[in-house]
Amino acid sequence: MEALIAIFVGWLTACGVYLMLRSRTFPVVLGLTLISYAANLFLFATGRLTTGQPPVIAKEAAGYADPLPQALVLTAIVIGFAMTAFVIVLALKARGDLGNDHVDGEEP
Amino acid sequence: MMSLPLVVLLPFLGAPLAAWSVRFGRLGAPWASGGITLVTLLVLLGVAEAPFAGRTMVERLPWLGSAGLDLAFRLDGLGLLFALLILGIGLLVIFYARYYLEAEDCLGRFYTYLMLFMGAMLGIVLSENLVQLVVFWELTSLTSFLLISYWQGSEEARRAARMSLVVTGAGGLALLAGVVMLGEMVGSYALSDVLAAGDQVRAHPWYLPMLTLVLLGAFTKSAQFPFHFWLPAAMAAPTPVSAYLHSATMVKAGVFLLARLFPVLSDTPAWSGLVGGFGLATFLLGAYFALFKHDIKGLLAYSTISHLGLIMLLLGIGTPLAAVAAVFHIINHATFKASLFMAAGIIDHEAGSRDMRKLNGLWKYMPHTALLAMVAAASMAGVPLFNGFLSKEMLFAEAVGVQTQMAFGWLLPVVVTVAGVFAVAYSLRFIYETFFNGEPVGLEHTPHEPPRWMKVPVEILVLLCLVVGILPALTVEPILAVGVSGLLHGPAPEYSLAIWHGFSPALLMSVLALAGGVGVYAFRAPLFALAERMGGRFEAVRFFWRGHDGLLRWADRANPWQDGVSLTTMVLALVGAGGIVGLAGHLGGGSPLAGGATPTPLDPVSLLLGLGGIAAAGAAVVLHRRRLASVILLGAVGLVIALVFIRFSAPDLGLTQLSVEVVTLILLLLALYFLPQHGPAEDGAARCLRDGVVAGLAGLGVGLVSWAILTRPHETIADYFLEQAKPGGGGANVVNVILVDFRGFDTLGEIAVLALAGLGIFAMLQHLYLPGPAKDHAGRGWDPDRHPPIMASLTRLLLPLALLVSFFIFLRGHQLPGGGFIAGLVTAVALIMQYLANGVSWTQARLPAHLHGIMGTGLLVATGTGLVAMALGYPFLTSTFDYFHWPLVGEVELASALAFDLGVYLVVVGTTLLVLIHLGMVHRASHGVSGNPVGGQ
Repeated sequence: MEALIAIFVGWLTACGVYLMLRSRTFPVVLGLTLISYAANLFLFATGRLTTGQPPVIAKEAAGYADPLPQALVLTAIVIGFAMTAFVIVLALKARGDLGNDHVDGEEP
Repeated sequence: MMSLPLVVLLPFLGAPLAAWSVRFGRLGAPWASGGITLVTLLVLLGVAEAPFAGRTMVERLPWLGSAGLDLAFRLDGLGLLFALLILGIGLLVIFYARYYLEAEDCLGRFYTYLMLFMGAMLGIVLSENLVQLVVFWELTSLTSFLLISYWQGSEEARRAARMSLVVTGAGGLALLAGVVMLGEMVGSYALSDVLAAGDQVRAHPWYLPMLTLVLLGAFTKSAQFPFHFWLPAAMAAPTPVSAYLHSATMVKAGVFLLARLFPVLSDTPAWSGLVGGFGLATFLLGAYFALFKHDIKGLLAYSTISHLGLIMLLLGIGTPLAAVAAVFHIINHATFKASLFMAAGIIDHEAGSRDMRKLNGLWKYMPHTALLAMVAAASMAGVPLFNGFLSKEMLFAEAVGVQTQMAFGWLLPVVVTVAGVFAVAYSLRFIYETFFNGEPVGLEHTPHEPPRWMKVPVEILVLLCLVVGILPALTVEPILAVGVSGLLHGPAPEYSLAIWHGFSPALLMSVLALAGGVGVYAFRAPLFALAERMGGRFEAVRFFWRGHDGLLRWADRANPWQDGVSLTTMVLALVGAGGIVGLAGHLGGGSPLAGGATPTPLDPVSLLLGLGGIAAAGAAVVLHRRRLASVILLGAVGLVIALVFIRFSAPDLGLTQLSVEVVTLILLLLALYFLPQHGPAEDGAARCLRDGVVAGLAGLGVGLVSWAILTRPHETIADYFLEQAKPGGGGANVVNVILVDFRGFDTLGEIAVLALAGLGIFAMLQHLYLPGPAKDHAGRGWDPDRHPPIMASLTRLLLPLALLVSFFIFLRGHQLPGGGFIAGLVTAVALIMQYLANGVSWTQARLPAHLHGIMGTGLLVATGTGLVAMALGYPFLTSTFDYFHWPLVGEVELASALAFDLGVYLVVVGTTLLVLIHLGMVHRASHGVSGNPVGGQ
């Protein structure tokens, strides 16, 4: 299972970086979103993979998953949304002001 | 209640009050500022008896004690004297500015800046901690920048403000370095410790570099040669600012600093040489250049430079009696120079010019003002019976007294007398050429007396000059003695404040200066011709601008290196740098890649899920030019992530990811409407290959790091949270308890960032008009039925249900998966549905919510719960909980953290809606209002 998650994180990063290297704004935003997925998953994985033991205190619980990375990732997901929103609106603004959607602001 | 922090805090509270109070009329700001200043003065007077009783009052609010950083304030004689000057003259300036500023000047802005400056200045003179002193020091530089550039439309004012900020700000940095060195030398940043460690400091090998840095700070602030040039330029500020900052307060900060550190730094050859030398040079040069200024404010500015040099010289001489003279002259200069600046402002205001070549014979038009100005100018010149005479004569006496102790000592009395000669000459010129000397030349309108009340502050100050000058022992003596003992950090020496000391060398020097001044003025023609020929060839200000322009040219050349390159190149550099750092860390560490933890077995559902996510992400890359498809695939990846979270015991994360996924999808689809639906095929095979290799390596690296972490045994610091969540936080859902309780301060920061991002997006979307496509990519027009009735009706039915669900998720958050973040997202999605199905205008008509207000309320609620804890004597954001019996429902737990979570909820709802709705409104702005949905308007 660890290998699968590691490959998933690596693959998301690779896809994200490839899209970030495109020269139009929209795929760059998508790439950024993919990288933030990868980062969230990576951060989550530092708490290791626990099955069936949510960090909710209960008498019958056998153990708990690490709550700390979960708390970090929860806010990271929301902030990640804010960042995606900011960048995509920046892309719109650039299109409005510069008339094209190239990342450097001018058609090659 | 601590008084000293309150004294510093009150003006800072008064600043927003002044800005706000202009809503109630133009004069709201001066009333509010004046009221706050008066209250501050009363608070200060309430504790003023301590210095008079010989006690030093220290009030400390502990912060980072281990690093020597506390918020600490002290009140001794020196601090009290300066604080009284700051507040007293501040009050007069507030009064005066109300008449000086024109109807079109924004009073709220002016008084806000003025109050900020006053607070910063009080912070300097009442600081016990040295680092804190530097912070307030820099605040005065910043606020004086705002005040000098108050008339923003004037290029001259902007340049002057920039120059003063650069000079005094740079000096502040030098001072910071000096103070840090001083603190390290003593082992404490507390002034009480530093003042007691004088011998240790003077014997330390760092003494000279430290002294140099501190002096750089003091000299730049107090406009000492060769850093004097910013002060005359700062005369572009409104005259009340000059009267306040450039006579009584800010430029005195440098003098104050040296007086403050006098017991520690003085009494060495380096001190006398540097402080005395630069002070003497400034005293002489300032007085000389003042004579040739045609602008009355320029003349006063150079005169101020000269008088600051005089005080520096006294501090440099360093005898206890010189210290008495220095403190005395600080008081005297503040009174006569502030009144002169105010008089200059009146002249400028009522005659429309400050040029002495035009202003002549104003005696006829404004005799009252002329009389006031003449008294103040006589004090400036050092004429007997006015206060300036007393302190200047003390200087003459000291100059004669110390001359025997050094080589070329006889020069000191001579140079001082020459400077005195010029002081008399420029004072005479100011009076004669402004008020006499024939008739005004080419003034736009006839000068007249100002409004009655505008003269009151001047009258008060001039009266002080006279009373102190005639009856010094009865008036100024108590506060002077207290100030001197504060400066010397010990009892004040014996001195006499009489006007007549018998025939002495000092009296001879006074007479020489008066006679010489009249003589120089009478035969000034050759001197003026010489000054004309020199034509400012050696003006420091030119060097400043040359250096300034050179720096900007250099920056222009350097900038393209860092942001002139393509974004793609920057991403490559970033990824490459990350790879190098990671690789170096791994090679240098020498530990094996994989650890020895027991692997978790793989089950087929998870495998399928993982492969599905990998396939979706891969497809999103392959199809990235077909943008709609790639957005949908991205959504699929997000869904897989949510499932991964749920699979591995993170239900909160699963819920969050799911709801964020929905809003992200809506966001991207809204944005995609305004962007090309298809990306061009412009990247060649070589570039794709290069990017593929880079991406592959990056992915490989991140994958290996994940592998390395996942295969290592798990050590966590979370046990504390698991143990304490229930007994300490009162919640079973540990993730939520961490968010709203244990790490509540982090969460507060995060929702603040969220709100800021929302505001940034809002700002960018204002006035953004984008051409949307009239047809879709297949050439079909848009459906005229924008809001299908079935969908519209269904969403309206669903709304209460969705809100109920979000309410439920919110309430259970502390015990079971849920909480403010998730509930906020669910509410936002429920409301967005209404906007999508029914249109923005229809929904807004029925839901007139002010989204900025919701965000702000959320932040206030979250901060407020923390402040309530503080008010009850607990640290910020301490939470509490208790159990209540609720009839029919049973035992119910209520935690204060729920209120914090409510703040989180409101910020999330507000930000999400703000972003999406305003993005939707761009659409409306670009295409006009959409058709009516069912149910009509």
